[in-house]
Amino acid sequence: MSSRDKETTIVAFCCIYCAYAAADLAGSMRLQYPSNVRIIRTPCTGRLEVEYFLRAFENGADGVLVAGCEEGSCHFKEGNLIAKRRVNYARKLLAESGLEADRLKMVNVSAAMARLFTEHVREMAETVQRLGPSPLNRAKTRAQQEIKP
Amino acid sequence: MIVAERKSIPELLDMLPNNSKILVLGCGTCVTVCLAGGEREVSIISSALRIASKARGLGYEVSEFTIERQCDNVFIEQAIEAIEKVDVVLSLGCGAGVQAIAERFLKKPVYAGLNTKFLGILEERGVWTEKCSQCGSCVLHEYGGICPVTRCAKHLLNGPCGGSREDRCEVRPDRPCAWQLIYQRLKNIGELERLEKIEPPKKWSASLSGGPRVIIREDHRI
Repeated sequence: MSSRDKETTIVAFCCIYCAYAAADLAGSMRLQYPSNVRIIRTPCTGRLEVEYFLRAFENGADGVLVAGCEEGSCHFKEGNLIAKRRVNYARKLLAESGLEADRLKMVNVSAAMARLFTEHVREMAETVQRLGPSPLNRAKTRAQQEIKP
Repeated sequence: MIVAERKSIPELLDMLPNNSKILVLGCGTCVTVCLAGGEREVSIISSALRIASKARGLGYEVSEFTIERQCDNVFIEQAIEAIEKVDVVLSLGCGAGVQAIAERFLKKPVYAGLNTKFLGILEERGVWTEKCSQCGSCVLHEYGGICPVTRCAKHLLNGPCGGSREDRCEVRPDRPCAWQLIYQRLKNIGELERLEKIEPPKKWSASLSGGPRVIIREDHRI
């Protein structure tokens, strides 16, 4: 993990039936992935509302990853498809509000795809690194740097 | 119900003054059902405004409140405390709601957060369509319950125009031809003979072209 990763936070909403299990498996397999990701277990990505994504950014996230089941494999039939539409709407709102839409992304993994999960997290970390800290956090980061001796 | 659509965030940012306390005020009736201005949309728009404010340094202080009906003084009363604490109100009500709030709070700027579109219904999940133009003198009984004033793109009372393709409107090919629908409906209910009658020109004085309309019910006045 680079020093710039340490300055940023990625929130990952992970469905308990797939991505959360994949993250668990990644741990068992000792697969490395950026440690600035904060995983939130969700019953299904279809449970996530547009507000959840926006609130994550309001509360300091620099990137938000939504990880649901593969399309066609949702435990609740179409929860991940609902989430996909909501993520797309939230991306539009973020862009209108002055944040880069790429800071929010939805991916699909199965419970067995630990390696793919870590790749998605790494890609998200790279995106956030490329974009830099969220404009909402830049003021805070600057203030912290000024305090440092 | 009244169907409305949210204004874009850049439009709202243009409208709202910097460094101000803003109340995003929702309405629990029509605009809640059409997913434009209910409690959830208040939460989403407020969140987006807070993000925009932080990202662009606009200095907004955003609070949220939703009342049952913005077009009714009884419910507006419940918002007095929240409105008095702020500099401006961003109403997510329909045009009537915005004006009702503005009339009640004489010194408070009230802005419209939605574009009020039409009187319509939920056609299918996520799709609303216009059904009534509020022309003031309803002719639905003549046309099997399908309004030619609203649903025919040419507002023909003696249709069809002859331009439809299959059953599609030539003006909006994504919409059905209203006159095809009228024909089918009258056929289904056994009233096709209604189409033989030539409808005289409509009295548009009952519509908005006669100026803003008022209804007075003396039996209900105090």
